[in-house]
Amino acid sequence: MSEREAVYMDYAATTPLDERVFQAMLPYFSQQFGNPSSVHRWGQAAEAALEDAREAVANALGAQHTDEIVFTSGGSESDNLALRGVAWAQRKEGKTHLLISPVEHHAVEHTAQQLAQAQGFELEFLPVDGDGRVSAQAVADRIRPQTALVSVIYANNEIGSLNPMAEIGAVCRERGVPLHSDAVQAAGLLPMDVQRDGVSLLSIGAHKFYGPKGVGALYVKRGTPLLPTQTGGGQENGLRAGTQNIPYIVGMAEALKWAQAERSAHSQRLIALRDRLIGQVLEEIPHARLTGHLTERLPNHASFVFQGVDGNWLLTQLDAAGFACSSGSACKTGSPQPSGVLLALGLSPEWSLGSLRVTLGHASTPEQVAAFLSTLPLAVAQARGARRRLL
Amino acid sequence: MTTGATVAVGLSGGVDSSVAAAVLKEQGYRVIGLMLRLWNEPGAESANRCCTPDAMALARRVAAKLGIPFYALDAQESFRQTVVQAFLDGHLRGVTPNPCIFCNRQIRWGFMLEHAQALGADFLATGHYARVQPVAEDEGKVQLLRGLDEQKDQSYVLSALTQEQLAHSLFPLGAMRKPEVRARAADLGLPTAARPDSQDLCFLGETDQSQFLQRYAPSSLTPGDILNPAGQVIGRHTGLADYTIGQRKGLGIASAVPLYVIGKELAQNTLVVGPLEALGRAELTANQLNWIGQPPREPIRVQAKIRYKASPAWANLTVLADGRAHLTFDQPLRDITAGQRVVFYEDEVCLGGGTIE
Repeated sequence: MSEREAVYMDYAATTPLDERVFQAMLPYFSQQFGNPSSVHRWGQAAEAALEDAREAVANALGAQHTDEIVFTSGGSESDNLALRGVAWAQRKEGKTHLLISPVEHHAVEHTAQQLAQAQGFELEFLPVDGDGRVSAQAVADRIRPQTALVSVIYANNEIGSLNPMAEIGAVCRERGVPLHSDAVQAAGLLPMDVQRDGVSLLSIGAHKFYGPKGVGALYVKRGTPLLPTQTGGGQENGLRAGTQNIPYIVGMAEALKWAQAERSAHSQRLIALRDRLIGQVLEEIPHARLTGHLTERLPNHASFVFQGVDGNWLLTQLDAAGFACSSGSACKTGSPQPSGVLLALGLSPEWSLGSLRVTLGHASTPEQVAAFLSTLPLAVAQARGARRRLL
Repeated sequence: MTTGATVAVGLSGGVDSSVAAAVLKEQGYRVIGLMLRLWNEPGAESANRCCTPDAMALARRVAAKLGIPFYALDAQESFRQTVVQAFLDGHLRGVTPNPCIFCNRQIRWGFMLEHAQALGADFLATGHYARVQPVAEDEGKVQLLRGLDEQKDQSYVLSALTQEQLAHSLFPLGAMRKPEVRARAADLGLPTAARPDSQDLCFLGETDQSQFLQRYAPSSLTPGDILNPAGQVIGRHTGLADYTIGQRKGLGIASAVPLYVIGKELAQNTLVVGPLEALGRAELTANQLNWIGQPPREPIRVQAKIRYKASPAWANLTVLADGRAHLTFDQPLRDITAGQRVVFYEDEVCLGGGTIE
C-alpha cells in the first residue's frame, strides 16, 4: 500500500524514459527547433537529426536502406498504416484477402475488421496452437492468389509467445505476399533483422523500450505496395504527412540503439528472473497455468491464468500490496471480459478471467521478484475465497 | 487525530464522496478510493449516473487529484441478484421496496466492506450525511445520528446497518452542510464540484420504473379494476406497480371529489381509490426490524419517517412479542406504503427501522 515500496512489474505496458535518451532529446525542443522541411540552416539542422535517427533505426532493424523507415506517432499508427495502406494499394490489383493471426494487437485486428466491414475485404484468421503461436505451414495453406497481406504479431503482448517469423517470412516471400509484423513488444528485447525474418513491414513503438511515448516507426521494404493513409505534405517519402516530431524521433533512435547494444546482458538477467518467477508460481499455486510458450517467449514476460479468480480483483489486491501488474482482462471500470487472445488459446471463461501478466525490466531485482512471490499465493487464495463468498 | 489507520472511501463520481475522501486525507488517514460497478440494464450503461464510465472517469480524476489509489470493483452480479431481484420481487408482491436500503446493507456494507478489509482497510467511509458516534454509557458500542444538515440527512438509508457495520464506518460529511461541501470541493479544485446530486434509482438509467418492470416483472403490470371503498368497479388500472398509496394524479376517473389511491388488493389485482378522508392511517406494523442498539422493552415515543423524504412524525412504538414493531401515530399519515422502510428516531439518534407490512 505504501507508495514508497511500490514495485513496477508492468514493463510490457510501458517503460520509464532512459535518462540518456532524455538528455539526447533535450536540445531538440527549444534550441534545434527547426522544421526539417525548411530550406534554411534551422531546417538543415533538424533534417540532419531526423536522418541520423532514421539511419540508426534502419541499422537497428537490419533494414537495407534508410528510406525504408517511416516515422509515426507510435505502434498503433504503424499497424494502422501497414494494414490499411497495403490493403488499399493491393485492391487495385484485385487482391482483397487479409490473413491475420487471432492473437494480434487490437491495432491490427480492429483495422482488419474495419477493412472487412466497411470496405469489402475478406478477413481470415490463422489457427494458433495452445501457446498462441502461428505455424508457417498454416500460413502456406491459406495464402491464395488474392491474398493482399499477411499479418502475424512478432511477440504477443498478453502471453509473451514468439512466432517463428523467419519461417513465416520465407513462406510469404516465396508466395510473393507482403508480410507485416507488429514487433512493438519484441523490438527492444530480441535481435531484430528484417532481412532474416523476411518481413515487408514491421511496426515498433518507442515507449516499450525506454523511449518516449507518442513516437514509433514502420519499416516498409522497398517495393512494398503501400498507399499513405494520412495525406498532406510530402514528409516521410510521401507515406506519412505532417511535420516530424524531431525530439521524439531522436529519442526513439537513441533508445533503440541502447536497447540493442545492451540487449544481450539485459536479456540474460531478465530470463533468469522470469524463469524463477514462472517456476515458483506454477509450483506453489494450485490450479495455475502458464499462458504462452515456456521458452519461446519474451525474456521479461511471465503470464498466467488462475482458475476461479477475478483477475481484476487480483490486480487490485496486488497493487494495494505494492505490486503493479496487468491482466488480459484488465478493465478500469470494473466490468471484466475475457480477452480474445486468451479465448483463442481455448481457455474457458472460468480460467481466462483470472489472468495475470508480470513483465520485468531494467529496475527489476531478484529481491523484488522474491517479495512478489511471497505475496502472490495469498492474494490468489484470497481472490478465490472472495469469489466463493460473494457471488 | 487518528493517523495511520486506512480508510476505503466509496466514490461515486459525485461531489459528496469526493469531499469525503478529501476530508479523510486531510485528517491524516491513509485513503483508498473504491468504486462499485453495479448492474445496469444491458444497453443502459451510459444512463446510470452513479457508475457509468463517465462517473468512473470523474472519480478516477478525483482520486488522482487527491493522490489516493483508486480501484473499481465488479459488483454487477451480486447487485443484480440481491438489490434488483428484491426490487422486482417486492413489486410482484404488490409492495414498494426501497432498493437503496438493501444496497447499503448487502452491497456497500457487504461486498464493498469485505473487499475494503481485504485491501487492509480498517474503515469504510462514504459521503452520506449522517454521523456515527460512541455510546457514552456503553463502551465499544456506536450509535447512528442524523446528519447535521437537516435538508440532506441520509440516516434513513443507513438505518438497516448493524452495530458491527457501523462500527467500521466513517461519515466525514455528517457534521457538514451541503453548501459547505460544494465550497470545499471548489476550493480543492475537484472536478465534481458542480455536479448535480443523483436522483432516482441508479439501475433504471433513463427508462422509467414502469418500462423497467414491464421488461423484468411483467406480471406486476397486469391491468385490473379500480374499485371505490364500497367495492364498486369505477375504472381500470394499468398494473398495481404503476401506483403508489396516496397518489392522486393519473387515475383517469371522473369524480366530484378528488380521488386518491388508498389501497391495493394483490389477490384480486384491484386498486382501491377513495376521497382524502379515506386515505389516512394512524398505525402500522413493521417486520424485518433492525435495531442499531437494543430493542426497547417498554413502549417509547419516537419520531418515525415512513419514507426517505417524509417528515418525521410522532408516534408511540411498541415492540411486539414476535419481534415486529407496532406504531401509533399522533396524526394519521396519508401515504403509509407497504414495502417501504419505517425508520425510528429519538431526537438525533436513529434507533433503526423495519419494513412496513
